[in-house]
Amino acid sequence: MSGHDHHDHDHDHSDLSETELRVRALETILTEKGYVDPAALDLLIETYEKKVGPRNGARVVARAWADPSYRARLLKDATPAIRELGYAGRQGEHIVAVENTAETHNVVVCTLCSCYPWPVLGLPPVWYKSAPYRSRAVNDPRGVLRDFGVALPETTKIRIWDSTAEIRYIVLPMQPDGTKGWSEEKLADLVTRDSMIGTGLPKQPGSA
Amino acid sequence: MDGAHDMGGVAGFGPVEPEPNEPMFHGEWERRAFALTLAMATPGRWNIDMSRFARENRPPDDYLSKTYYQIWLAGLERLMIERGFVAEDEIEAGRALHAAKPVEHTLTPERVATTLGRGGPTERDATAPARFKIGDRVRAKDIHPPTHTRLPQYVRGHLGTVELVHGCHVYPDTNSQGQGENPQWLYTVRFDGRDLWGEGSDPTISVSVDAFEPYLDAV
Repeated sequence: MSGHDHHDHDHDHSDLSETELRVRALETILTEKGYVDPAALDLLIETYEKKVGPRNGARVVARAWADPSYRARLLKDATPAIRELGYAGRQGEHIVAVENTAETHNVVVCTLCSCYPWPVLGLPPVWYKSAPYRSRAVNDPRGVLRDFGVALPETTKIRIWDSTAEIRYIVLPMQPDGTKGWSEEKLADLVTRDSMIGTGLPKQPGSA
Repeated sequence: MDGAHDMGGVAGFGPVEPEPNEPMFHGEWERRAFALTLAMATPGRWNIDMSRFARENRPPDDYLSKTYYQIWLAGLERLMIERGFVAEDEIEAGRALHAAKPVEHTLTPERVATTLGRGGPTERDATAPARFKIGDRVRAKDIHPPTHTRLPQYVRGHLGTVELVHGCHVYPDTNSQGQGENPQWLYTVRFDGRDLWGEGSDPTISVSVDAFEPYLDAV
């Protein structure tokens, strides 16, 4: 067994407790049978909790803001451009970057499951995988944006990208005014996870 | 399959509720279920399309009442039980009761980084020229396969415009059934919001889906 803490499973008869016991049973069985190595499980968890996350995507966006030639490469073929920064692999094998402009705002969803560009954004948050988001992003994106406290001008066109195959999408948000000439490091601090999904906007200078 | 997972445009699920400062996992069991799912793909040798079908292929009330990682767990159990890696009585007992099935490889800690870094690219060499080009008008077929497909119900029968051509990719509809990769041309097809959602809907929206060539008819 993993030696990890499990809370209250002996006292809590909720569905979740059943689930906890089932996962624990499975890990025991799979380890006993030699199919999985608990040290590999620990490493998988550590990778996505500590190493891979939206900080990666923020660096990609910051470079695109700071470097016009990188921006052009990213928008033309995002997978190799993102690989230049060292991000690649599982659930990011084929990435497309879509650019927000004054006229057009992009929103990414996976209505069928939870497709999300792991190497640049990490694992998706619960809301991204939830029925409310998956159902409404495609027919009521303005309502969804309101749920996030985002109001776009009524004339802004909204483009929704439903990741139905193995192409993963990242939004290149608009660079906030007054940040020309900033370092990539400083720019990256303005880039939020949600701004790269399209359910948020970058932070404004001074609020970061 | 026309299952509960195909959620685009379904009404009544309520508002999106983002969780401030959300942790990557909610509880230890989610961590372990996630890692077990990734790790078992090595000895299990199923593909990602089989995994997706194992998750979505369940009654709507079951799919909708489970949390995300509960669905992953149920999918993993199904894949393993179907292939004889574990048996239901073992899960009940909480320990191995039957001999292990011989496996070629397992995921060792040394191979975690390279396995994740390599991922599972789906692009393949083209075996035929692409039928459509950027700007072509196409109609999404009105198909209702009982098995795995990536053509969401809300675009079926609707007219759209090809806007990206992604090369040939593994075809999930056959790959999920163990019937081979059968690579097909993959396109991004853009639909006008009003064509999908009716005259009274928001005129400023368009929705793009990634659609394999067999999903599309020329117009």
